[in-house]
Amino acid sequence: MSGIKLRTENLTVGYSGRALIGDITLSLHQGQIMTLIGPNGAGKSTILKSVIRQLALVGGAVYLNGRDMAPMPEREVARRLSVLMTGHIHPELMTCFDVAATGRYPYTGRLGILSREDREKVSQCLELVHASGLAEQDFSRISDGQRQRVLLARALCQEPEVLVLDEPTSFLDIRHKLELLAILKDMVRLRQLAVLMSLHELDLAQKVSDWVVCVRGDRIDRQGPPEEIFSAEYIMELYGGTRGSYSALFGSLELERAAGEPEVFVIGGGGAGIPVYRRLQRQGVPFAAGVLPENDVDFPVAAALAARVVAERPFQSVGEEAFRQARAVMDRCRRVVCPLERFGPVNEKNRLLRDLARQAGKLEE
Amino acid sequence: MRRALRYVTCFALLGAVLAVLLVWNISAGSVYFAPGEILSALLSPPDGGIIWGIRLPRVLAAAILGGALSVSGFLLQTFFANPIAGPFVLGISSGAKLTVSLCMVLLLSRGVVISSMALILAAFAGSMLSMGFILLLSRRVRQMSMLVVSGVMIGYICSAVTDFVVTFADDSNIVNLHNWSLGSFSGTSWENVGLMALVVGAGLALSFLLSKPIGAYQMGEVYAQNMGVNIRRFRVELILLSSILSACVTAFAGPISFVGIAVPHLVKGLFRTARPVLIIPACFLGGAAFCLGCDLIARTAFAPRDMSISSVTAVFGAPVVLCLMASRRGGRGGNP
Repeated sequence: MSGIKLRTENLTVGYSGRALIGDITLSLHQGQIMTLIGPNGAGKSTILKSVIRQLALVGGAVYLNGRDMAPMPEREVARRLSVLMTGHIHPELMTCFDVAATGRYPYTGRLGILSREDREKVSQCLELVHASGLAEQDFSRISDGQRQRVLLARALCQEPEVLVLDEPTSFLDIRHKLELLAILKDMVRLRQLAVLMSLHELDLAQKVSDWVVCVRGDRIDRQGPPEEIFSAEYIMELYGGTRGSYSALFGSLELERAAGEPEVFVIGGGGAGIPVYRRLQRQGVPFAAGVLPENDVDFPVAAALAARVVAERPFQSVGEEAFRQARAVMDRCRRVVCPLERFGPVNEKNRLLRDLARQAGKLEE
Repeated sequence: MRRALRYVTCFALLGAVLAVLLVWNISAGSVYFAPGEILSALLSPPDGGIIWGIRLPRVLAAAILGGALSVSGFLLQTFFANPIAGPFVLGISSGAKLTVSLCMVLLLSRGVVISSMALILAAFAGSMLSMGFILLLSRRVRQMSMLVVSGVMIGYICSAVTDFVVTFADDSNIVNLHNWSLGSFSGTSWENVGLMALVVGAGLALSFLLSKPIGAYQMGEVYAQNMGVNIRRFRVELILLSSILSACVTAFAGPISFVGIAVPHLVKGLFRTARPVLIIPACFLGGAAFCLGCDLIARTAFAPRDMSISSVTAVFGAPVVLCLMASRRGGRGGNP
């Protein structure tokens, strides 16, 4: 691992001297993305605001490149750390170029007049975020996604070593979310930036972060690489969720399953089952799913939504035992749905189940 | 490049308008002077004639104070991130008016002659008093319209107290006080002009030197701080500068309305930018021209009677402010 860019030591943050979260110890390395996750109001923004000196620290210290940030002159901090915060800004009569150019502030002279070199750097940064075409447009007339990119260019114009972003993807549609994070990833790789940010989207946090910090009310609950943090049980616990479930594999959320004895039996597999599971869940119909090998793509969703799942061990053909169980469950159901269209040696028994259901007149064609 | 050309043209235009109004102001009045006469009078050594003794100081005062007012307005608009903030609507001029009248009534009735410098200081104290109230309120009131309403209220309170003070003043003082409190550039002496040039010149130069952090502050406090602005110090500087500029105006010419809002808005529209490094000098030129124009009307419209300058600036300034409010409501990103 390369050098530590930003480090907090026993940091306590809060408002007007009242401690909110204590004992925050983080180290952010060069070329690393560290993401704060946690429920609304857990204090993610409070931590970020304290790190960038917008809030006074209640206790502890923040070190930038190994030096205590508190006594550092503004300009010095500005040349090493830049931010992209939530909250709209309303600059008057400024083009996107002008907005991005404000990032050159710590490098310009007494009156802030841009040199030729400054202008070139601003143009480069706009290009990095794919916003060159916006340069001459009025900043107040572009979309939210474009605005975030221009503000990211502004932050890059400061030529920082550390970038702090507070929920940079909020208010963006999926295309722009992905775009912004892809750009961020590129920046980290190209410029060896260290990024500290907060994210709402767990799926994105899981995919983009090198290190995840879980903020929970009064403490940092856990921190570690995403593989360790993102387990279904822990995420539900962190967010205090009781209705629904979280899939660690896909980073996706499922709603609560319908309660009661299964009324419908779904013969699924290979992705065919998922739309049916979702429809039944929406309609509030308890259902059973089967027979699914545990490594089937349908399995995690069935496990989250079905009242009963009949499963087979991974990489195995559906065996006699599973078939018997499935048949028993299916017999107690009033209806059977089979979205499966293709069968092979592995799920031959599922075809058998379908034929039985058809004979019994339960199959919905 | 196109932008640079635009800025040069705009400055040239403002300069030309200002020059024409200067000459026009000197020539117009109960006694008319042709431009040639003005030139020869200006080239000859100062005398006690109409041009040197009356018109020139008045014209210079109108120009300097008008410029100061609009720069002060621009600073306040930046500070409150509010396009309709200004020394008059926020009650800062009224605060200055209150302390100046107090000073006049208390000291004049005892036969003490007040120097112009003392008047400026009194006005500054009053400005800071109102400003203090506004700052306290601005922490609680986030909506821009409510802040302005609070300012108007503070203005009323100050005016009420001023009226109260005036009731107890001697008759001879009342006449003076009354004329002054309506706002007028008349009766400016060369001594006054020198002092206001000094104070306003210093204020203007310092504001200009602050144009870089002002530009950063237009992006909001969070970004300004991240760019390397020492926010706490900067806010104090901004408050002091805008107060001293508007206090100087009030001390010499009484409260003058709407210049502080209308001129920065018009100038920004003309330049199509809000960059302080351009807008601060442009505001000064624009404010000077605006006040010269208004003073010309105040002096000549119902000659030989002088109108109060504030009535004239209100006639031209208030509609601009109304347009500004209406357009903000409809446009994007209205309420900061």
